[in-house]
Amino acid sequence: MGLLSDPNRRRALTNLLTRLNTPICVLCYLAGVAWFMGLAFEPFTLRTYMSENAMGSTMVEERFPAGERALVTAREFGAHKRKSGAMPVDWLVKTMQSRGLEVYTQSFSRRLPFPDENKERYMVRGTNVYGILRAPRAPRTEALVLSAPCSPDNSNNQAVGLLLGLAQYFRSQIYWAKDIIFLVNEHDLIGMQAWLEAYHHTNITGMDWAPLHGRGGSIQAALSLELSSDVVTSLDLVLEGLNGQLPNLDLANLFYTFCQKQDILCTIQEKLQRSDWDSVSGYSQAVQTMALMVLKQASGRPWGDHGLFLRYHIESATIRGINSFRQYKTDTTTVGRLLEGMFRKLNNLLERLHQSYFFYLLPSLSRFVSIGYYMPAFGFLAVILLLRALDLWVQLGALPSVTEDGVGSRALPLQSSSPSLVSILTPVVISHLTGAALYTLPVLSQELAVQHFPVSETEAVVLTAIAIYTAGLALPHNTHRYSSIAKQGWRVLKLVAVLYLAVLLSCTALINFSLGFILALTLVPVAAFVTPHVPKVLSAVVMVLLAPGCTLLYCVFAFQELQEAPVSLIDGWMLFLSVISQGMLDHALYGSLVYPLLALFIYPCWLILWNILFWK
Amino acid sequence: SNPPVAPEISSSVALDFVLIGRTSAFLLLHQARAERFFRSDHTNNWAVLVCTSRFWFNYRHVANTLSVYRSVKRLGIPDSHIVLMLADDMACNHRNPKPATVFSHKNMELNVYGDDVEVDYRGYEVTVENFLRVLTGRLPPSTPRSKRLLSDDHSNILIYLTGHGGNGFLKFQDSEEISNVELADAFEQMWQKRRYNELLFIIDTCQGASMYERFYSPNLMALASSQVGEDSLSHQPDLAIGVHLMDRYTFYLLEFLEDIHPASQANMNDLFKVCPKSQCVSTPGHRTDLFQRDPGSVLITDFFGSVRKVEITMETINLTPHTETALAYVDQLPVAQIIHQKPKQKDWHPPDGFILGLWTLILLVFFRTYGIKHLKHIF
Repeated sequence: MGLLSDPNRRRALTNLLTRLNTPICVLCYLAGVAWFMGLAFEPFTLRTYMSENAMGSTMVEERFPAGERALVTAREFGAHKRKSGAMPVDWLVKTMQSRGLEVYTQSFSRRLPFPDENKERYMVRGTNVYGILRAPRAPRTEALVLSAPCSPDNSNNQAVGLLLGLAQYFRSQIYWAKDIIFLVNEHDLIGMQAWLEAYHHTNITGMDWAPLHGRGGSIQAALSLELSSDVVTSLDLVLEGLNGQLPNLDLANLFYTFCQKQDILCTIQEKLQRSDWDSVSGYSQAVQTMALMVLKQASGRPWGDHGLFLRYHIESATIRGINSFRQYKTDTTTVGRLLEGMFRKLNNLLERLHQSYFFYLLPSLSRFVSIGYYMPAFGFLAVILLLRALDLWVQLGALPSVTEDGVGSRALPLQSSSPSLVSILTPVVISHLTGAALYTLPVLSQELAVQHFPVSETEAVVLTAIAIYTAGLALPHNTHRYSSIAKQGWRVLKLVAVLYLAVLLSCTALINFSLGFILALTLVPVAAFVTPHVPKVLSAVVMVLLAPGCTLLYCVFAFQELQEAPVSLIDGWMLFLSVISQGMLDHALYGSLVYPLLALFIYPCWLILWNILFWK
Repeated sequence: SNPPVAPEISSSVALDFVLIGRTSAFLLLHQARAERFFRSDHTNNWAVLVCTSRFWFNYRHVANTLSVYRSVKRLGIPDSHIVLMLADDMACNHRNPKPATVFSHKNMELNVYGDDVEVDYRGYEVTVENFLRVLTGRLPPSTPRSKRLLSDDHSNILIYLTGHGGNGFLKFQDSEEISNVELADAFEQMWQKRRYNELLFIIDTCQGASMYERFYSPNLMALASSQVGEDSLSHQPDLAIGVHLMDRYTFYLLEFLEDIHPASQANMNDLFKVCPKSQCVSTPGHRTDLFQRDPGSVLITDFFGSVRKVEITMETINLTPHTETALAYVDQLPVAQIIHQKPKQKDWHPPDGFILGLWTLILLVFFRTYGIKHLKHIF
């Protein structure tokens, strides 16, 4: 008889499974964590290399001469910005026209769901200005974008100045095969979202924008520039975009090769390159860089103006100039040459960047970990859930045989028969309703909260969210009174919960590995060990500590630690509150999916597990 | 009496003898020169120059082809006898910072595009089918003369191919390939239709030597820029244009050809020495076993130029026919030799460890399942 159809052998297998379940689960968890930590270990990573044939090596001769003139333009821009208080639209239009571009403006307005305290805005109205450099001899089918944000304070003036300087230089060259769009966007991400939505004729987020009068072709690549000082000591590359999406690795490779050619210090996560990656300190720096990237990716917010391009399958990155206390300074001309070189190489592209990886982690600029190497870390954690599910299935299958053997009265089969659908659905439905409340109520009830409590709207929203979250903890004691469920019904509910969590986390990890992995790190142990039979108080405390909300808190503290700017508890708490409000705003403004995922799916799942803990 | 006449007769006879001797010496000299004049059988020259890759980063393949075109034109082959096939237009590419030029040397020393380039097959017309049709002559009646290879049995043809290739194939335009077997068969068709007298085949791609491995028709000489398993490398990038301008082999070939003039006596052995491994990094190869004449007696201008030698003579010269005839149609390589022109059989190796292990496993399982007692039935 076959292995699985022979009842003896099957019973032996299932016994093995039940006996070894916990040890294997623990082993898998440790293996998953160890695999993740081992990803940054230098012999396990690969050197980055240019995959796109059309971009070849760095053999172009960059001749951009006008760095100083760009700085003069930047000062003019700063002066006009200060005078007008907002973006100097007329001056920008006039300057771009004098450089020979086709200039257009776009106005947009948006009312945020609640005031943004970080950026101090509520009712946003602005104008984007962009100039198109038409390719001299090519048909207008493809375009590249160079953008610089117009910030309300005195920052990013040099970025706009360099953008205008490059525009003038590029205009006098004849080798452009794609249109180049020079964009100055106001109110950073909101302006960028308005421009992109208008460019692609979509309206995802309900913003109010004027249609674009001038358009280039389909955008192949975009670079966003942030430069706030006349000289820089290093250039930082920011890759993480909306919902954890990353541009093609070739864009990072391109930046790195040109940095090496121009002899500029390049960083990622603001950490420098080093030569001894296989030493202990090298490994710890690699792990820190990778952990920072994981945390940034998991947050689902765009970390630069480039982050919104990725949704439209446009490879984009942000280059940020950093001026720290270092001896070797790079002037604007060299930064301009770097951008010129990158644009010339992007000009050579015949199709969109697709040869290199779209899913990767970067422990440093010169090393990468591709999806094939990092997915097993998550796989180990998901296997734990599947093993638990198998174990529960076996236990559920074993129950009817016990009652058949036992001397039971007629009444017993009724009680110990599998619980009805209603009794399983009730906790599930109530949990999801709580999740829905967590998603909708904070924003809707901010008026009410402001009337009754002395808080601002933002605080009201965040505190309502936390209140609903904490109120969910009180649920289990209410659901039991209304339905009489069999004693073993919790197994079915747990099976449902574990499988649901497995599906959720796997789907999340496929799209945004970092988010899935971080959630799995805390939720999988909870899902694995929780039963009504574990000590209640201790488990309740552990469960609360490993809940999604606290996971977010730990991530905030970890993020600050890794950035070498550790915060005290009070500051950390304030930061945590602002992170919640930012998450809600990101969802409303740009369509970030982290907040709905956490509120509508992860939190109800956790509530179901909480329910199981308090099963009577 | 007699004596005064004899010395005159003898002297005149002697003079006659001397005259006859000088005439015959003169005739012998003419004969030798005439024989040298007819050293090669060809009366006209053709060239088929093909660049098979498109896209801006394959600039160097177009520059390769155009530099050979330039040399061939300079040495006398007219445009009507050149079939030039370029798969992409680099001179007018939007990315070319110097429009209407194709440079072969960096710092823009030499523009091989020039003013009078006649491209016969351009862009998407460069396909394997069109190339083979040009070679074999099977073109539709509407094809203009400039697109035909109108060679006869006294034509020497130069065929130059460049692009991306591999072991046994050459890639045309990113979408199709021509294999070495197809090429060999095309040349055989040309031989059977008496479309060439002698043919020189030059290929500058990676693993180019694999393309001439399968030739089996007579009077073929072949050169390649690299052996099987080697890559042909590009020569130098120009930073202003931003691409590699030429491949190494053709770059040194062009340098070599720039020194050739129509009266040059350089022969094929010099051509074989072009671009040694120290310059080319890959090992150029050549094949002469199918060629009847000694490569040392074959002039470069027999293939690269269209050299008409005219000698004016007042004498009548008796030409003796060739004692050994050129290879007639029926005498070409016998079929058995054609079919068995496979790569040499490797020496017999004992079976792989994997196969041994697999068989051991099978035998072990067999004996374990059915018992060792069956062993006696085997032996």
